[in-house]
Amino acid sequence: MTSMTTSQPPTPFVSARGISKSFGGVPALVNVSIDLIPGEVHCLAGENGCGKSTLIKIISGAERPDSGEIVIDGVSHAQINAHAAIQGGIQVIYQDFSLFPNLTVAENIVLTAEVASGRRLYSPGSVLPKAKAILQELELDLDLDREVGDLSVADKQLTAICRALVNDARAIIMDEPTTALTHTEVSRLFALVERLRARGVALLFVSHKLEEVLAVSQRLTIMRSGRQVVSGPTSEFDQRSISRHMTGREVDESRVVSDLDLTAPLALEVSKLSLAGAYRDVSFGLHRGEILGVTGLLGSGRTEIAESLFGVTPADEGEIRVGGKLVPIRTIQDAVTARIGYVPEDRLSQGLFLEKSIADNIVAASLESHRTRWGTLSRAGIATTIKQYFVGLKINAPNAQAPVRTLSGGNAQRVVLAKWLATAPTVLMLNGPTVGVDIGSKEEILELLRVEAAKGMSVIVISDDAPELVAACHRVLVIKQGRLTHTLEGDQITVDTIQERMSA
Amino acid sequence: MAALRRLRGSNNEGVLALVLLGLIVAMSIANPTFFTLNTGFSILRSAIVPVIFALGVLIVVITGGIDVSFAAIAIFAGYATVSFCLNAGFDPGLPGIFAIAIGVGASLGFVNGIVIAQFSLPTLIVTLGTQGVFFGAMYTYVGASYYAELPGSMAALATSNLLDVTTSSGRAYLHLLVVPVLLLCLLVAWVLKRTMFGRSLYAMGGDLEAARRAGFQVKRTQVSVYMLVGALAAIAGVIHIVLSRSANPRDLVGGELDIIAAVVLGGASIFGGRGSVVGTVLGVLLVQVIKNSLLLVGVPSAWLRTAVGVLLVLGVGIQAIAARRDSRRMRVIEDLDSAQQHEQKVGS
Ligand SMILES: Nc1ncnc2c1ncn2[C@@H]1O[C@H](COP(=O)(O)OP(=O)(O)OP(=O)(O)O)[C@@H](O)[C@H]1O
Ligand SMILES: [Mg+2]
Repeated sequence: MTSMTTSQPPTPFVSARGISKSFGGVPALVNVSIDLIPGEVHCLAGENGCGKSTLIKIISGAERPDSGEIVIDGVSHAQINAHAAIQGGIQVIYQDFSLFPNLTVAENIVLTAEVASGRRLYSPGSVLPKAKAILQELELDLDLDREVGDLSVADKQLTAICRALVNDARAIIMDEPTTALTHTEVSRLFALVERLRARGVALLFVSHKLEEVLAVSQRLTIMRSGRQVVSGPTSEFDQRSISRHMTGREVDESRVVSDLDLTAPLALEVSKLSLAGAYRDVSFGLHRGEILGVTGLLGSGRTEIAESLFGVTPADEGEIRVGGKLVPIRTIQDAVTARIGYVPEDRLSQGLFLEKSIADNIVAASLESHRTRWGTLSRAGIATTIKQYFVGLKINAPNAQAPVRTLSGGNAQRVVLAKWLATAPTVLMLNGPTVGVDIGSKEEILELLRVEAAKGMSVIVISDDAPELVAACHRVLVIKQGRLTHTLEGDQITVDTIQERMSA
Repeated sequence: MAALRRLRGSNNEGVLALVLLGLIVAMSIANPTFFTLNTGFSILRSAIVPVIFALGVLIVVITGGIDVSFAAIAIFAGYATVSFCLNAGFDPGLPGIFAIAIGVGASLGFVNGIVIAQFSLPTLIVTLGTQGVFFGAMYTYVGASYYAELPGSMAALATSNLLDVTTSSGRAYLHLLVVPVLLLCLLVAWVLKRTMFGRSLYAMGGDLEAARRAGFQVKRTQVSVYMLVGALAAIAGVIHIVLSRSANPRDLVGGELDIIAAVVLGGASIFGGRGSVVGTVLGVLLVQVIKNSLLLVGVPSAWLRTAVGVLLVLGVGIQAIAARRDSRRMRVIEDLDSAQQHEQKVGS
């Protein structure tokens, strides 16, 4: 580990020293040490499954380390429990949010603080102002009386952020806090992080978006397969060197797009599609083997269009043709019959059976295709599919029988992808396919989409991640306020043009 | 709209109250003898023990667990207390009797709690097991004989009425014990709403791991919950013995389904995290009224169990369907809202 080169190293508020942890014999962390210094943002970067969240859970007392110690304010603990960590002033925004779906936003925000204060009575009236104050500070407008279970992913994430901030924490740990946020919300969060830093709060920040890492942090630790690769001031790194340290190789984010055969038949034709209050008059065609990007700001209607094509919220007007045939899509079943697949935004809660194995999840949507002539399931066929995607998507787990709950966030994501790829749809729509996926795997997932497209699948990628669209899409549709405003092709597809057209 | 929603209640208590009211009106029209103070008071009396049980079940169900051993605990605690007093030939008075029974009940609940919290076992299986164990232990170590005489203080309580009204159709009595039951309901409602312990039950039912991460002492709370159920069951056990004016070790066990059905009908989610005292009480009353009406219209009592079973399935089914539809409707409304906001921004 490289130490800081200043004359007087500042005293850390929290340090984890020599932490090791393994799950069922598979090491997840090997001798990792990290310091959180007051007034500093420390970033933790690394590929999916390298152990970032595990390290965080050990610091916050949600998991026990096998060896090592946690030092809080100079006091060493061989292990701590969540209660002690919170009372010690450590707050965490967990990757899975760890909110209570059955309680209101207000209660979710204040409850941890109330527990930590050791109060025995609870008064809904007196905690409300606290929740309101934090919303104001972040300029958010969340409905405090809504139940968290009814919120969108973005609002859940915001609730989790508010909860961590409402406590006067001395250390705040953020595990991928920005995955569902818009640009405005991210910049507000970063402004707040600056204010916290000025107040002397120690922060730990995890993100797969390297530009965020570089913008927000002063110190950086990079991990690979549970080991610490390098630590140092962020100023000594750039995107290239970070991804090299993370993956151990050069990562190529450049545009690789096959020539689109414009004479190829249209797999999907959408004409004058409208849904009141969501989008209007949307028409486009999707060729066989094409990767089409659909982008726009959050709330622009990009998700609603995809949901209409998948029959979740059917369109009011317009026509949808699949393979030249007019198909009325009123229900999800209609879409599935027409061989349209959709990987939703909120995968972690909608797309997976968390307690079931990776294998079960992979084949969950494609069991029908494995029926033999006698109506029984073909074991061999199922095993082949599982193996194909488990290996092909490089899902990082001891074996395919591991329950999905034990996977790292990014690996769980790959399982959802595998599930939908296994259904072999003619048109596959993916909403934010690489949110929370590390930079190396992102490239791999995009490559996988390219391969599937080359084999004849038509792909729609809904995303606001411009580099990703540039890297893989033949054409990019820009949706603004429910209308299709631009269609970018060929040389027009650059990060700058996309971002400009999206917000202009 | 918002006012309407408030009336409906967060767990559909409003709907339940309407159904109950509707049923009472329908029954009174169909059979005038139903609509008398007599029937009303006797339904209230028959609801005393179930309501106490239901409060206990409500508490566990909120945490996402279930306890089917409460009836065994109740009769164990009540019967053991009576048997002890009679055999020792001394009457410690009502406070003493309740204290002994509550001690026994809480200890048995402690056994449930420790096993469940320490070994993270499924609550249904554990309490099914302990139900048998408690029942067997009572037969073996306490006895199996029927006591027709109760200690003096209990016998006196048995005949204490709060109201004694003479109506055209005869005299109607409202038993004194409805008062402590009402107080108990208020107490539990207060604990659930206004104490951190109560909120922790909802948090645990919502997401156990998240509750642990938020700093709640999950295991300790689990143990307390099962002890509390044990204590409530013991109170119900004693009251049952008082009301039936005899101690029969074969009573209560077997009636668990009625209670669980009432709690679920009352809006408590069997998946945890939801439920209220008001809903639970309404659920119990509904079950009692339905059983009463069925008897009155001449349905053989063997069918009552079927009816309760149907109610349980109905309650769970309604919950599942409502949950699914709610989540869908919410989404659509929200999407439209955000899109409309955008449109307005463009327009301005
Ligand atoms: N409860 C568990 N049981 C078994 N294995 C686990 C458990 N929790 C984590 N793991 C394993 O430990 C490794 C590290 O997981 P972790 O969640 O820390 O990764 P991460 O760096 O946060 O990845 P991501 O960027 O995808 O969130 C993974 O291989 C994961 O499968
Ligand atoms: Mg993680």
